[in-house]
Amino acid sequence: MNRLRNAFLAPAWVVFTLLFFAPLAVIAAYSLATRGTYGGVSAPASLESWVRLADPLYLVILLRSFALAGVATFICLLLGFPLALFIARAGARRNLYLQLVIVPFWTSFLVRTYAWMFLLRETGLVNSALMALGLTREPLPLLYNNGAVILGLVYGYLPFMVLPLYATLERMDRALLEAAADLGARSWSALWRVVIPLSAPGIRAGSVLVFIPCLGAYLTPDLMGGGKTIMIGNLVQNQFTTARDWPFGSALSLALMVIVMVLLMALVRRGGEEGML
Amino acid sequence: MDTVLTLQAVSKQYPGHRAVDNITLEIARGEFFSLLGPSGCGKTTALRMIAGFEEPTSGDVFLGGERINGKRPYERNVSTVFQSYALFPHLTVRGNIEFGLRHKGKRFAGEMDRRIRAALEMVHLENKENRRPAELSGGERQRVALARSLVLEPEVLLLDEPLSALDPKLRKQVRLELKSLQRRVGITFLFITHDQEEALSLSDRMAVMNRGAVEQIGTPEEIYLKPRSRFVASFLGGMNWIDSGGLRPEVTHLGAEPPGDGERSLPATVVHSVFLGNFVQVQVRLASGETMIAETGRRDVAFRNGDAVHIWWRAEDELHFEAEARK
Repeated sequence: MNRLRNAFLAPAWVVFTLLFFAPLAVIAAYSLATRGTYGGVSAPASLESWVRLADPLYLVILLRSFALAGVATFICLLLGFPLALFIARAGARRNLYLQLVIVPFWTSFLVRTYAWMFLLRETGLVNSALMALGLTREPLPLLYNNGAVILGLVYGYLPFMVLPLYATLERMDRALLEAAADLGARSWSALWRVVIPLSAPGIRAGSVLVFIPCLGAYLTPDLMGGGKTIMIGNLVQNQFTTARDWPFGSALSLALMVIVMVLLMALVRRGGEEGML
Repeated sequence: MDTVLTLQAVSKQYPGHRAVDNITLEIARGEFFSLLGPSGCGKTTALRMIAGFEEPTSGDVFLGGERINGKRPYERNVSTVFQSYALFPHLTVRGNIEFGLRHKGKRFAGEMDRRIRAALEMVHLENKENRRPAELSGGERQRVALARSLVLEPEVLLLDEPLSALDPKLRKQVRLELKSLQRRVGITFLFITHDQEEALSLSDRMAVMNRGAVEQIGTPEEIYLKPRSRFVASFLGGMNWIDSGGLRPEVTHLGAEPPGDGERSLPATVVHSVFLGNFVQVQVRLASGETMIAETGRRDVAFRNGDAVHIWWRAEDELHFEAEARK
């Protein structure tokens, strides 16, 4: 029995070791090396990259990444919750609506981001329409700012919020809502005091699934933010490309990973205590 | 009769299916009233229309003399004990009881704490007020559901098969507690069940429903002893069908010899007998090929399969029905 189990687990172990642990070990080693002149790394070993992490310049970027990812996650929750509730109540049509939520995945994220840029740029559809209607005289700055980055993140990751929320809401016993009404709760109190507390596992799962990729996003801030709004993903990318500082890039990505893991573990522990994750 | 709840010619039509068909009921204040019927007879739909979860297609519902059609569940002074109990899993026992008081029981503001404590004591859960529903036994959950509704002092407490989720042994004990609780609090109970034994043992009065309609309303004795239809007769207990009507097995007797004058009898052969502890159920076959069941005391003569016997009964024990197709 044990041998069989090991045989089944072996492929997963090989894949994880080769594609996950080994690269991670390489990155950890790089973060402790000296930068090479044309990229790459060279001897001797040094802690310099880790010390540089404390530079306020990078701290600001880290904080901005947290803020943007946090705001994007919150907006996803605000938009995703009513949508998930609607789909969960849609009866026979719920599969159709779920398909519609997933439809954007059928095209490349890059292409969709460019589509947004065409819509939002100064001569884009939105600004042309507003000016043609006489609502504005000059094009509004819709692109290349924090707002545009948040819009891009919300657009990109909303389905990751909707799906886990749908899963918890769909499972919820309808009798609980009837009991709430029976005990005097109007729709809003029932929502606040029954539906939302009971969807906590979905809220947590959805928030994690949106927040983590948003935190490490680099495509959206690069394109929608026009490189003006740098997030930690762009910073890491820069170290490996233009800045040619692989040790620092490695230290940055490891630091980000550790922060995310600590947050995730705190969340899982909380969920475990409530017996709900 | 001080009527607290009236259903006046109430019907509920679903697409292609009439769930409740023109029922009229009057329930007296303080009464323990049961709606008895097989699954799908419309009894739960009737309860849901009183609670406000469904609206009648036609007819009126009156509560305390006031027409409550169209009122939302939170605007009706009734409360429901759900079949699944529907306790809020994220709240403690106390939290569940408090929920209704905060919303529907605003008139009790200022004495909430005292009321919650009284409700906990009433169902003997004082020492479990901080438990979550998942940490309670089935019987305890049922008591929380009762306390949560009773604490609101509704004009009518609606109970949707509240004993069906309990195991059979516990069910009988809880049945007795439920009855004594109702007597103590004096609140009108409307009890939905498909179990005739529950309805007979608990109710002051009851209505038997079939295919969306009420077949008979009366006290348990009236309904058991004077069923108006074959459906009611057979739903309430065992029946032996004879040409002129029917007979309960407990008034159907067996003897080796034909009985004396005045008794009705038929010759039969014993097919099978089942020992049930306090009595024996004997199945016999008549010359016509039909079978009947007689219940005899266990101290009476033992009959063996194949014995030629006489089955007999008293004329006054026969049940007669208005002209209707035999089912």
